[in-house]
Parts: sequence; structure tokens; C-alpha cells
Amino acid sequence: MIYLDNSATTKMYPEVVETFATVANNFSGNPSSLHRLGEEASILMERSRIQIADLLGMSASEIVFTSGGTEGDNWVIKGTAIEKMPYGKHIITSTIEHPAVYQSMKQLETLGWEVSYVPVDENGIISVKLLEEALREDTVLVSVMAVNNEVGSIQPLKEIGKILENYPSIHFHVDAVQTLGKIPFNLNDYPRVDMAVFSAHKFHGPKGIGFVYIKKGRVLAPLLTGGGQENNLRSGTENLPAIVAMAKALRMSLDKLTDAPIQLEKQHKIIMGFLDNQSTVDVFSSSKGAPHIICFGISGIKGEVVVHALEKKGIYISTTSACSSKKQLNSSTLYAMNIPKRKAESAVRISMDVENTSAEIDQLVDSLQETIVKFKDIR
Amino acid sequence: MECTELMVRYGELSTKGKNRKYFIKRLEQNVNNALSDLTGIKIRAKRDRMHIMLNGIDGEIVADRLKKISGIQTFSPVYTSEKNIKAIKEAAIAIMGTQYKPNMSFKINTKRADHDFEHDTNEINQLVGQAIVDQFKDIQVKMKNPDCIIRIEIRLKGVFISTDTVNGAGGMPIGTGGKGMLMLSGGIDSPVAGYLAMKRGVEIEAVHFHSPPYTSPQALKKAKQLTAKLAAYSGSIRFIEVPFTEIQEEIKKHVPEGYSMTITRRMMMRLTDRIREMRKGKAIINGESLGQVASQTLESMYVINEVTHTPVLRPVITLDKNEIIAIAKNIDTFDLSIQPFEDCCTIFAPPRPKTKPKLDRAIHFENRLNGEEMIERALSKLIITEIHVGEGIDNRLNQEISELL
Repeated sequence: MIYLDNSATTKMYPEVVETFATVANNFSGNPSSLHRLGEEASILMERSRIQIADLLGMSASEIVFTSGGTEGDNWVIKGTAIEKMPYGKHIITSTIEHPAVYQSMKQLETLGWEVSYVPVDENGIISVKLLEEALREDTVLVSVMAVNNEVGSIQPLKEIGKILENYPSIHFHVDAVQTLGKIPFNLNDYPRVDMAVFSAHKFHGPKGIGFVYIKKGRVLAPLLTGGGQENNLRSGTENLPAIVAMAKALRMSLDKLTDAPIQLEKQHKIIMGFLDNQSTVDVFSSSKGAPHIICFGISGIKGEVVVHALEKKGIYISTTSACSSKKQLNSSTLYAMNIPKRKAESAVRISMDVENTSAEIDQLVDSLQETIVKFKDIR
Repeated sequence: MECTELMVRYGELSTKGKNRKYFIKRLEQNVNNALSDLTGIKIRAKRDRMHIMLNGIDGEIVADRLKKISGIQTFSPVYTSEKNIKAIKEAAIAIMGTQYKPNMSFKINTKRADHDFEHDTNEINQLVGQAIVDQFKDIQVKMKNPDCIIRIEIRLKGVFISTDTVNGAGGMPIGTGGKGMLMLSGGIDSPVAGYLAMKRGVEIEAVHFHSPPYTSPQALKKAKQLTAKLAAYSGSIRFIEVPFTEIQEEIKKHVPEGYSMTITRRMMMRLTDRIREMRKGKAIINGESLGQVASQTLESMYVINEVTHTPVLRPVITLDKNEIIAIAKNIDTFDLSIQPFEDCCTIFAPPRPKTKPKLDRAIHFENRLNGEEMIERALSKLIITEIHVGEGIDNRLNQEISELL
């Protein structure tokens, strides 16, 4: 099996599974309990938080555990909306955000909020100029992803941050789910970012756990109120086995990325080089995008057909975003990039990981070659 | 170039006349204690210097521990170099590099035991001095009171290079000042008081009052962890746990609220004094700071102190809270101390304790208690443990967590 759907989810490292099981067995206490079991659970949880903070150059108090990317995005957007309502009801985002962001915006619109959707260019990169023009006096939130999940375009967070320097009260939210373990990403390079959302199962951690970075001094209203866990920001008994496993997965993923810093770039080049030479292939990803995501289509052949053809050869890829692929929606990112519907329907996505070997990539290229040839006569 | 030896200079003990020998012996014992787990190290205490031969042990580990030992004024790493002028110059430059500041002055001080060496003392001084002047900008040679002296000894076995460097903790060797009982609650002040007493040579044993289930196992653990921090200065400290539940309950039952705090303190003082007697100590040490809380007014101290003639040392008595906190941070007890667990002083604490208790009233209320019997019972159930430096009470947990992460 060659797994190339790593932007949908990754396999947990065996060591991470082991940690998960050990914590579930040996640290059964509730971190909020006063007795020894609770205290040990709480110590373990805070050590995990410190490890994550240290790995990413944040401070531990800036990290709040959540159930994953979708919760994180929902929280930052709606939490900002609740907190900032008295100051304005306008939000700016891009046209290529993940549905967790997009649908949150749609929901706020039904409650009377105004949302400006800033378009992207043919490479799927947001227009900084149009974003600047969209800024208003009552803008309270700018939400832009770091790396697009469908085509891998890297968004100009530095430039946006620079503009927002002049608007210090606006929350700058970044959906960074597609970054960790795939590209070098350090929030210290983006000092203007106020909130960033991460999810563990994208870097070989468990599903159902993630964390939000909230810069010191920024205030978000909680969505989940109750027992006051996570410093009153996110109530609910903490998922300790998943939290510890996430901290371990992050350490291991970052280690592996450091050990093989240009491996993904090399493999990206090989696949892109191959695809660019095919007359019947449209490549939607830019060569300057994130090295682990490649979106393309065999013209005239529906994406799901290609997915199943490769599956027969033991290769797993997906039709753009796995979150929406079963619903047969057209890729919203490709649509935003003004790709015609007919072409967009052919789109498939390869998403790699440092775990993929060069032998696997060679085999992928061979199988792609066969598939392309096979469909030449059919279309 | 390798650091092979640390040379230790004594502090105030040089002034101690006839007791000098005893002080040095005690210091040697303390250093030995602190380094006992590092096998291979040899310690030679002489009249005016102590030599610690590293025999392959990392000098920085030893230096870190020496910095905490009272009675050491300064110490210097001693480096060996090959016996030729080129190697000596390189070593001297490397050592200078560790302390160089622009515009500083220095001198080279050479002793030559091996008279067959290619250069004589003066030549070595000049050659090495010149090498340093060439290497560092804005550095001056100065014969009288230079900022830095580099000592070179040419011996038959090799060349030894050292310089005045690291400041020790100062003070007196722990144990030369006798033994005292530290009343250790778990707050910020008492560990600081213990540290300051140790610095003046007092060997301490920690007395901790424990009232389960009103006080938690975590509070007890915290007190032990604080003791482990203090043990860094002496190698190890005895921890004496006093069961205090019965006494506190009886006081709560029979003594009016306004006097319960005063009488609780009198009982603690009595117990500590009895333990002192058993343990052959000569003083009681506590973390009282004038006016900080109701029990620390002069009126309160007068009534509480009335139960004993033993000297009660209060090293932080006139310090401001900020000054105490600064020391606590320095000795790494602050973060532990501020963990929020109930201790014996906070449970049953009345909302309005008397800040000006009267002695006759205190004695009057105290007579309602079977004090002596309860004290005997508590003393029969003391738990005494020895807590060593760096002894993480949580070693097992720490280990487990590290493996998980």
C-alpha cells in the first residue's frame, strides 16, 4: 500500500499509539481532581503543553487544547465574534478557506455579520491588495489559512501581518492545520498572527485532538462553557491520552522533518516534472506551493475515476479535500481560482509525507503513466 | 587543554584561629558529601587551599555543586597543557577568553619547579603576556591589582594554568555553627530562613507539621521537595514529620477563635523544642517576618515565644516580602512554595485572629487542653526521613512522563 492522502489524515506512529494506550491505562485520573491520580494526570497534561510550546517557540500559557481543527476554527471565529461584537460586525477572509472557516462565516452572516471574501489569483494565492482594500473601521477579524488544503498554495501571511500592524485591534486568525510536520512553520516568523489552529491527526497524532495558539493578551470568548477547564477557555474534561499522544507525535514529526528537510521538495519536483510533461494533464498546484500537496487532473476523466483506478494499484490519493469528496461538491478552491467546472471535476490530490520513500514515488509515477495512457483512448 | 583540578579558596574561616582546622575538616566533609556520587574525584584539603582532582569527571558539574557550598570564597578551574610554550600560550588565551572584558587589566604569574624547561619565569611571563595582548583588544598588563591573574605552574609532570574566577557561596561551612530545627511550613519564608541559617554554618533539620486529612499528601510532598532543594547546600537534610491533627482538632473544639492561632503556634513551638532536645540541637529557626501576619506581630511573638528559652533564630525577620521572594527565586524554592495546598497554618485559621494576644489569656485557654499528653502522643509518632540533594520525590513520575512524551 502506498498512502498518499496525508492531508486528509495520517497514520498514527506506533510509538504514539503506545503512548495513547499507556496513558489511558496508567493515568486514569481527571486532571481537575485533587487526589494523587488527578494530580499526576494534571502534571502529565501540563508537561505535554510545555513540550508543544517548546517545540513551536510559543509559551505554554498560549496553548489551549481542543478537539481538532474544526473546533479550533469555529472557536476562533465565533469566539472573536462574541467578544468583539460591540466594536464591529465585519470579518475578512479568503475564498479558499476550509469549510470549518467558510461555514462559520456563513453562520455569522445569518446573524447579521458582514463577511468580505477576498479572491485569489490563478495560483490560489490571496490578493493582499484587495484584502487591504476590504479593511473597514468595523473589521474585527481577518481569517486566512497558512497552506491551502486542496492545491497547497502558501498564503502571504507576512505581508498580511505587515498591513495589520496598522490595525492592532483586529484579530488575525490563521488556519494552520496543513503546516506542522510538512513545511517548516514557526509562528515567531509571523509576529502579527494572534490565533492559529492545529490538528494532531495531520501529524501522525490521534484524531479528535488539536490545539489553538492564542497570543498572550488576546481575548476569545469561550464556546464551550462549563467546568472551567483550560483556563476557562474550553470546558470539558481533557482528553489526556490524546493530548499526550499529540505532544509525542509533534516531537517525532518535527524530528523527522528536520532529519529530511528537502525530501518532500525532491519528491515534489519529480512528480511535478512528470505531470508537466503530460499533454492530457492539467496541473492546478503551483511549483511554488507547499511541497507535500499536488493537485492535478487528467482532462476529461472525473477525479473519482482516477482515485479508484490508482486504488486498484494499491495507491491511495483523493479527490481534492477529503472532507467534501464524498459529497461530490466541486472543489471550492479550484472554483475560486477560476478553473472551469469541467476541468475542476477532474481534479485529484496527492498529499505526501516524510514517511513516503522515493521507491514509493517512483511507483506512483509509473502507475500514473499507465493510468494516463489507459485513459487517452477513452476520454 | 583539559580542566583537571578545581582549586578552592576558603572564606571567613581564615579568621577563625584555633578552630581553623575543625572548620576545614568540616568543609572537606561537606564537599565530599556533595560530590559523593562522582566516583574518581579526590579531595585534598590543605591549610589555605582545597584541591579537587577531577580524574576525568566533568569540571562543570563539580563547579555547579561547589557554588552552593557555604564556606567557599572562590574557586578556580585548573587546566593542564602540554609542556611547550606554544601549548601554554594557547591555553592561556583560551582561559582569558572566558573572562575577557574590554579595557580589563591582567598579569601572568609563573612558577617554575622544573628548571630544565626551555624558558625561565620571566621569559614565560613575557611570551604568554604578549600572546594575550596580541589576541585581545584593549587589554592592559598591570602588575599591581590587575583584574585578572593567570597563574602558570611548570612542574615536572606538566603545566598547570589557573585564574581567579568563580565566586562561591561565601559564609561558613554547614555544621560548624551547630544544629538547629527549621520549622518548615511550605510557604515562601521558611525555606529562605533555612537557607540563610545554613549559610552561617548551621546544620538544619526540617520539622513539618502534618494534619491529615485537613492537609493533603500534596502539601507534605511539597514540604519534602522544598527540603530537597535546601539539601543542595549540605548534601542531605533530615525531615521530621509531626502528626498534628489531634492537637489542631482539640484546639478548634476548646479554644475561642481569637486565640486558636496563638495557641496552635505555642503548641508547634513546644513540639519543635522537644524535638530539638531529642535531636541535640541548640536552636529553633523559623520564617517569621515582622508584621507579615497576625502571628508575626511583636505581641504575638512575645506570647508564642514564652514557651521556650531556646534561641529562636528568625533570619528573615526584618526583610520585606520582595526581598524574601528574591532569595526564594535564587535558591529555586519560589515556584514550589507558591503551589496552592492547605498547610497547618491555613486550616482552621480564624477570620479574625488576635494580633495582640495576652499571655495570661493564652495560658488560661490552654489549660482547657491536655497539652502534655497530646505532645507525648505526637512525639511518639514522628516520622524521620533523610532527604538527599536532587532527590526528586517525583523521580518515578518524571521518568514515566519523559518516556511517554
